[in-house]
Amino acid sequence: MKKDIVLRVVGKILIPFALMFALYVQFHGDFGPGGGFQAGVVLAAAVIFYGVIFGLAAARRAVPEALVESMVALGVLIYAGVGVAGLVLGGNYLDYFVLDHDPAHGQHRGIFWVEVGVAVTVSGVMLKIFYLFAGRGRGLEE
Amino acid sequence: MAFFGHFTYWATIFLLMAGLYIVIARGNLVKKLVGLGIFQTSVYMLYIAPGKLIGGTAPVVGPGFTVYSNPLPHVLILTAIVVGVATLALGLAIVVRIREAYGTVEEDELLEADVKDD
Amino acid sequence: MIETSAIAALLVLMAAVAVAIARSRNLFGVVVLAGAYSFLMATALAALDAADVAMTEAAVGAGISTVLLLGALHLVGSLEAKPAHNPAVPLVVVIVTGLLVVYGTYGLPAFSDPQAPIHRHVVPRYLEDGPRETGVPNVVTAVLASYRGYDTLGETTVVFTAGVGVIALLRRRRQQDRENRP
Repeated sequence: MKKDIVLRVVGKILIPFALMFALYVQFHGDFGPGGGFQAGVVLAAAVIFYGVIFGLAAARRAVPEALVESMVALGVLIYAGVGVAGLVLGGNYLDYFVLDHDPAHGQHRGIFWVEVGVAVTVSGVMLKIFYLFAGRGRGLEE
Repeated sequence: MAFFGHFTYWATIFLLMAGLYIVIARGNLVKKLVGLGIFQTSVYMLYIAPGKLIGGTAPVVGPGFTVYSNPLPHVLILTAIVVGVATLALGLAIVVRIREAYGTVEEDELLEADVKDD
Repeated sequence: MIETSAIAALLVLMAAVAVAIARSRNLFGVVVLAGAYSFLMATALAALDAADVAMTEAAVGAGISTVLLLGALHLVGSLEAKPAHNPAVPLVVVIVTGLLVVYGTYGLPAFSDPQAPIHRHVVPRYLEDGPRETGVPNVVTAVLASYRGYDTLGETTVVFTAGVGVIALLRRRRQQDRENRP
C-alpha cells in the first residue's frame, strides 16, 4: 500500500494530528470528555494507521517491540505506584489526599498520574496485539 | 414518554436476543465473537438509557447547567467497553490457534475432528 | 421530542444492522457491518448525553475491534459455511427468553424519571461535592479515578492480563519456527 500516493500523503498529514489529539484528550480529560482510555486507544490507532499504510516493518522501526512490551507493564506499575506512594507518605493505599500539601492538589496530582498509567497500558496492549496479529502470517522475516 | 421508555427497553432486548441468536445458532467461531460483541453492546444501552434526564446535559459540571445525566452508569460502562475489547482480542487469538491446529473454524467440523481423534 | 425520535431512529437502525449481521455469510461484510453498528451505537450514546462513553465506544468498537477482526480474518479465512442445523430451536429459545426479559422490564424505572432510585442515593453527592473535593469538573473522570479508583486499577490489570494472554498465545519461538519451515 505504500505505493499509493493518496494514502501516503493523507497519512503524513493525519497521523501527527491524531497523535496531538490523543495528547489533548489525555490532558483535557479533567475539563471535558476524555481521559486515559480514549487517549490510549487513539494513540494506538494512529500507530496502527501508520503500520497499515507503510508496512509492518516501518511501524516496528518507528515504535520498537521492546518499547511496546515495556509500556504494557509500565502503566500498571505507575498506577500501583501511585497507591504505594500514598502508603509511603502516611495515608492508606491509593489515598490521594497525602500526595501534596493540600488535599485538593493531592487529588489533582493523583488523578493525573493514574490517568497516565491507564493510557500507557491501554495503548501498549492495543499496539502489541496488532503487531502479533499482523506479524503472524509471515513468520519472522522482519 | 412512557411509551418511549418502553420502546427503548424493547429495542435493547431485541438487540440482546439478536446477539444471543448469533452466538447459539451460527457455527463460525469468528461470527460467534461478533454476536457476543452485539450482546455486550446492548447491555451498555440497558445501563445508560435509564440514566438520561431530558433537558439535562453531560455530567461535566459547568456554569449555567443544573441538571446532569447520571455519571455512575457511564463509569461502569467505560470499564465494560474496555474489558469487552480485551475479551475479543483473547477470543480471536484462540480462534487463530484453533485454525492452525485443526484447519477449520466451523463448529461442526471441529466437533467431528475431535470425535474422530478419540 | 427531537431527542427521543433521534434515539428511536438510531435504535431501529441498529436492530436492522444486527439482523443483517446474522444473515450475512461473507465475514468481511460482517466485520464492516459491525463497524457501522459501533458507530450507530456511539451516536446513540452521544444523544443520551454519555459523552465519555460515546468517545470510548467509537474509538474502541469501531476502531480497534475492526482492526482486530480484520487481522483475524486474514489469518482464518472469510467465508462462513452454510448453516447445517435447523434454526427453529434457537429461534424459539431466543423468542421465549426475550419475552421473559420484556416482562421483567416492566419493573424497571421509567425513562427520564428524576425520582428513580438511581438518581437519589450516591449520585447527588458525587455531582455536588465531586468538583470541589477533587478539583476536577468532569464528574465521570473524578468518579473513575478517585472515588472508584480501585475498580479502575482492576480494569487496567484486566487489560494487562489480556495483553499477556495474547502474547502467550501468539508469540513464536524462534527455534520452533526454524524447525517448522520446510
